[in-house]
Amino acid sequence: MFDSQSTPSKLPNRPGVGYKPQHYADLIEDPGTVSWLEIHAENYMGDGGRPIAQLRQLSERFPISVHGVGLSIGGEGALDADHLARLKHLVDWLNPTVFSEHLAWSTHDGAFLNDLLPLPYTDATLQRVCDHINQLQDTINRQMMLENPSSYLAFDESTWSEPDFLREVASRTGCGLLLDVNNVFVSATNLNYDPRAYINEYPLECVGEIHLGGHDEDEDDHGKPLLIDSHGAPIVDPVWALLDHTLSLSGEKPILIEWDTDVPDWATLHDEALRADAALAKIATGVAA
Amino acid sequence: MSVTQSDFRGAIMDGGKDRPEGLSDAKGHPAGRRFDVYRNNVAVSLTDALATGFPTIAKLIGTENFNAIAGVFLRQSPPSSPMMMHYGEGFPEFLEGFEPLAHLGYLADVARLELAMRRAYHAADAEPINPDALSALPPERLTELVMTFAPAVSLLRSPWPIHAIWAFNMQDGPKPQGISQDVIILRPGFDPEPHALNAGAYEFITALMAGGTLGAAAAVATDDAPNFDLSATLGLLLTGNALNSIDLPS
Repeated sequence: MFDSQSTPSKLPNRPGVGYKPQHYADLIEDPGTVSWLEIHAENYMGDGGRPIAQLRQLSERFPISVHGVGLSIGGEGALDADHLARLKHLVDWLNPTVFSEHLAWSTHDGAFLNDLLPLPYTDATLQRVCDHINQLQDTINRQMMLENPSSYLAFDESTWSEPDFLREVASRTGCGLLLDVNNVFVSATNLNYDPRAYINEYPLECVGEIHLGGHDEDEDDHGKPLLIDSHGAPIVDPVWALLDHTLSLSGEKPILIEWDTDVPDWATLHDEALRADAALAKIATGVAA
Repeated sequence: MSVTQSDFRGAIMDGGKDRPEGLSDAKGHPAGRRFDVYRNNVAVSLTDALATGFPTIAKLIGTENFNAIAGVFLRQSPPSSPMMMHYGEGFPEFLEGFEPLAHLGYLADVARLELAMRRAYHAADAEPINPDALSALPPERLTELVMTFAPAVSLLRSPWPIHAIWAFNMQDGPKPQGISQDVIILRPGFDPEPHALNAGAYEFITALMAGGTLGAAAAVATDDAPNFDLSATLGLLLTGNALNSIDLPS
């Protein structure tokens, strides 16, 4: 098991945003309430050019969270050794504050599908996920955080609840958890459970970062709501309420605003960060959610 | 029953296949449209990646055609790694062999130009030489000069006017004429720029890239094109920060 004590730094309990190059000038001029940035690891694996130069400059001003979207930790097959080496290279030169990845798979049999695909929660997948996380943590020589997915369907073969599965992964590997509150809301709506009950069961003591983002609304074959994680819209009120509930149990946490498609102007994104700020302020001053 | 990732992947990439059994809506109904979210996510995200990487191709054939063609390509050649910045390396060859587009013979070479631009964007940084370093050399020894190029620099040769087609579609350039064009991709700062090359310049730069001396490269170029303009070509390389070392071998 990885020794989680060896991770010296943590993100501030403040709002951060997913970094988009179109916001570079705004961020450098005045980041406002935005106190840290998250980047997708795979976008910064080129040899040079603007992406690397910008990241170098931003890392001198902001704590950086590196968020991997392509390792396929939930994959049936072995982790891609080349990709592990690329992650290690990035983490080594950038020395980010935290690193996170997803409870999902994206690569099978040599093909990368560029989406976060779901896995059943069984004893066998638990062991596989833990093996992969151990391998990653040993490779990058630091703790990672694992993010809960957005679910659109359920596997009949699952024998673990998602919060229990994540708790067990954290306990066996020493990894931290990244709690995506929008994903909880999306999954709970889609799979017909109470999102607050999920949060109540979730091992909040392991959470080192919270994600918030927007989703799209659709319907399934039976006219039931089918929410789709899109990171392309404002965060809806019920998700903000679920954040308040979460923070009331967990205390202050670093909160990331994710907006990856139909990226808005800086002012709109910053407004979302201000709202996260207000949620944190309520907790800090002891105003119950 | 257990759903394998092989089954899952197969059903994602082939909309004609049945959705895997063992997936439900948590109330006992088969997953149905819920599974199609993944089919859609994969197809849309890969199509978007191709459209972002090949904007000139998308403009030339129209969004609807591009999306249809991307749908064929992505099923035949999904990414082989999570490095999406490299996705589409095989797209030019695919376009070349795609029968319904055979009448647009220039598409593959225009796609090669766009790929080269993308590679240049992510290429390693290199400190360019100071142009004064050239004038500081003893003039009588200039023909012995050898040079190395920045990693972002690359050459393309096409029987089609690929630079003009790119400029017409992306930069409001004049209507392309039916000529062949050689192109160099330069990256003077962080933004790659394609430049059409004058006669002989392709041969000249190719010889230099192979380690040939300035004199030998100029001779090859003049051999090919008697009107080869040495100073204009060197000027282009210097202003484009194409050179990262010059050396007079002792």
